[in-house]
Amino acid sequence: MKELTTKLLIIGGGPGGYVAGIRAGQLGIPTMLVEGASLGGTCLNIGCIPSKALIHAAEEFDRARHQAAGSQLGIRVSDPQIDIAQTVRWKDGIVTRLTGGVGALLRKAGVQVHKGWAEIEDGKTVIVKPPEGEPLRVRCEHLLLATGSTPVELPSMPFGGAIWSSTDALSPDAIPKRLVVVGAGYIGLELGMAYRKLGVEVTVVEALQRVLPTYDEELTQPVLQALQKSGIVLHLGCSVQGWDAEHGVHVRNDARAEEFALPADRVLVAVGRRPHTTGFGLESLQLDMAGRHVAIDAHCRTSMRNVWAIGDVTGEPMLAHRAMAQGECVAEQIAGKNRRFEPMAIPAVCFTDPEVVVVGKTPGEARAAGIDCIDAAFPFAANGRAMTLEAAGGFVRVVARQDNHLILGWQAVGRGVSELAAAFGQSIEMGARLEDVGHTIHAHPTLGEAVQEAALRALGQALHI
Amino acid sequence: MGIYVIRVPDIGEGIAEVELVSWHVQVGDSISEDQHLADVMTDKATVEVPSPMHGKVLSLGGSPGQVMAVGAELVRLEVEGEGNLKENSAPAPASQAQAATVSVATTAPAAPAVPAAPAAAPKAAPARASAAAPRAPAALRKEGERPLASPAVRRRALDMGIDLRRVHGSGPAGRIEHHDLDAFAAGGGQVQGVGGSQYVERHGEEQIPVIGLRRKIAQKMQEAKRRIPHFSYVEEVDVTELEQLRQQLNKIHGATRGKLTLLPFLARAMVLALRDFPQINARFDDDAGVVTRYEGVHLGIAAQTDAGLMVPVLRHAESLDLWQCAAGIARLADGAKTGKLGRDELSGSSITLTSLGALGGLVSTPVINHPEVAIVGVNRMVERPMLRGGQVVARQLMNLSSSFDHRVVDGMDAAQFIQAIRALLETPALLFVE
Repeated sequence: MKELTTKLLIIGGGPGGYVAGIRAGQLGIPTMLVEGASLGGTCLNIGCIPSKALIHAAEEFDRARHQAAGSQLGIRVSDPQIDIAQTVRWKDGIVTRLTGGVGALLRKAGVQVHKGWAEIEDGKTVIVKPPEGEPLRVRCEHLLLATGSTPVELPSMPFGGAIWSSTDALSPDAIPKRLVVVGAGYIGLELGMAYRKLGVEVTVVEALQRVLPTYDEELTQPVLQALQKSGIVLHLGCSVQGWDAEHGVHVRNDARAEEFALPADRVLVAVGRRPHTTGFGLESLQLDMAGRHVAIDAHCRTSMRNVWAIGDVTGEPMLAHRAMAQGECVAEQIAGKNRRFEPMAIPAVCFTDPEVVVVGKTPGEARAAGIDCIDAAFPFAANGRAMTLEAAGGFVRVVARQDNHLILGWQAVGRGVSELAAAFGQSIEMGARLEDVGHTIHAHPTLGEAVQEAALRALGQALHI
Repeated sequence: MGIYVIRVPDIGEGIAEVELVSWHVQVGDSISEDQHLADVMTDKATVEVPSPMHGKVLSLGGSPGQVMAVGAELVRLEVEGEGNLKENSAPAPASQAQAATVSVATTAPAAPAVPAAPAAAPKAAPARASAAAPRAPAALRKEGERPLASPAVRRRALDMGIDLRRVHGSGPAGRIEHHDLDAFAAGGGQVQGVGGSQYVERHGEEQIPVIGLRRKIAQKMQEAKRRIPHFSYVEEVDVTELEQLRQQLNKIHGATRGKLTLLPFLARAMVLALRDFPQINARFDDDAGVVTRYEGVHLGIAAQTDAGLMVPVLRHAESLDLWQCAAGIARLADGAKTGKLGRDELSGSSITLTSLGALGGLVSTPVINHPEVAIVGVNRMVERPMLRGGQVVARQLMNLSSSFDHRVVDGMDAAQFIQAIRALLETPALLFVE
């Protein structure tokens, strides 16, 4: 077997792995990266990017249909049609462009990419099995695990055929007539809402009593209203029992102890993601685990010396931007720098319509942490730009310490608020106080004015409410 | 609704001004009659000012530490019915009240104790202003709380090997800025990762306004040292017999009459000695050029309190036996600590006794309690080898360190006075011979 030696070997070419590779290459570390599928990982291929493409296409189609039905803007369109195969081709084009870009960046940084699946022999040796040809053995000083996560499967409804994982839902061969979405987390709702906009009858089944149960209720209220208004049927507090092609999804309402069937052409199971820790010899390293994921410290070190782990394989929050920051952190440490992964906040965005953004602490979390805090919200109903965008629902909320007005958290819900995450994250990382944001001129007319007004309102000085 | 103005009350004894110590109400409070409004301090007594009316507080006339003239506006109340203020004039601003202070003080009859005060009044404001200056550290981090710093500062700190938890943040909300990091590194902070942290240079400074009792102490001490040419005299006293007597008395009467310390014996010895040295039991009004001698011995007892040094007065010590004297001293010391002493117990002493007990040291140079002319200090009692009739024997020895006003007390008299006390203490039976 052919043997290669390198300083750093990265398993996984997703956002964590490829960023670690680029940075390591920039720092002059001999680096190899093993990827079995396509560079870019879940995020670029079957996650963030394709889902946002599909959501955008669905929104455009929905807008056209809305205008066909008589828009208050006075725009008239007649009978819009969607060629879903073309939509998927367009989406795939974006994905190809981006993954190709990642390959080019890695090449530019001098990282050797090996296509194939990795099999860990020990903490310093990995066998790479390419799709064709001889496997090769790579010996390394540092091993970085960036293997990501996979969608959780329900035993009663294994993926395949009519049962979709999020991956399948992003490459539909045709638009189904009836779609049942299992799970009202962000993946289920983002895709469920997109399919609704494509004209599909969508039903969402959720075991808990709320949609987006990981977000606070005030924040998810506008999303719930939008779901109901769009005609999506919600079955909360219900569990799914199984599926057959004739009756559809078998659902049980646990509180009322009643069972019923939801007819469906396709079922999207979006009940979470699980760290990818099996099938490549990781068990043989006997690393310390924290539940299902690999346990790491503030330096992204595992329990084995010079074996590092980043991204979804290290657990929640399973977010691409967290993995990227961790990848950079690890590469710089291998280059001999002193680094810790200690962000003040990791933003989380939910691309439903309206969008939800959470950065830092919510009022509930701050108070639970024993902090004396103030919070204030500014509604988009009082924001001129939101009105001109027909998006006057939702609000921006700020949480700050009572004693020195240090900003602890931002939450927003509304159309297009995902872009506000940049301002939110920056103010928290910079240690801004309410006065800093409140006394910064925010351009008019923009949604960002609601950020300034929320800070002013927390200070008791809001101008436009 | 009317406006009722409560003015700084005339506390008596010709006091022209008081220092505001603390407020017990806030603007907007509804208060009832006799409710405690504020504490004001005169000389060394703190007085509570009660409200004469029900009402709502509209404004407060000063801030703690401010010296206010008697009659200056203290609190403005909104009251039911008619107030004592007809026109709706604005509350006198603080500066006006201070101006009033100065004018009252300067036009007041020239009382000897007052002259230092007018100078103090204008000083009060700058002292507070500097205390509030931005140099004072911003909100301090609580234990375990993360230091606040921008990502760039955090990264530089990691690169420099600096633990940000050790760096002072000068920015808003205590944020650590680049220049804080530079200052820390320049102060040798960089090497502390290797060595210990105990030897780091510390650059904090804190400004404590000298107000309240501390200001009174400062004024009195300065006055005493500036006016009085002190001379000190130290003598060693063999208190072996006295100590035996004290222990014997405590054994016999301790349970019923209370334990005796050395102080009542010293007080008794001073009372007896002062009969032959009336010029030492006196107050010297140097402005008027008059020494007032007293028949009674009003013994000032220096007492340490949390707020600082106080000198309560044991009145007519000559009329008290050992146990009465002990009880009196205990009551005064306790009262001084709890702030329960009346004005007559805090002034009018004719000579002062100061003792630090076990901390008394070998020698001290006590400062005379102006306008008195003498102060007797007690040093530590210790067992020492002494030669007696050619034999080395263990004896209990104690020094007396005393200071006198050389303008009115001659060295010879002072020495004889101390020798008289020594004779009494070394032969304690004499203490009880009239």
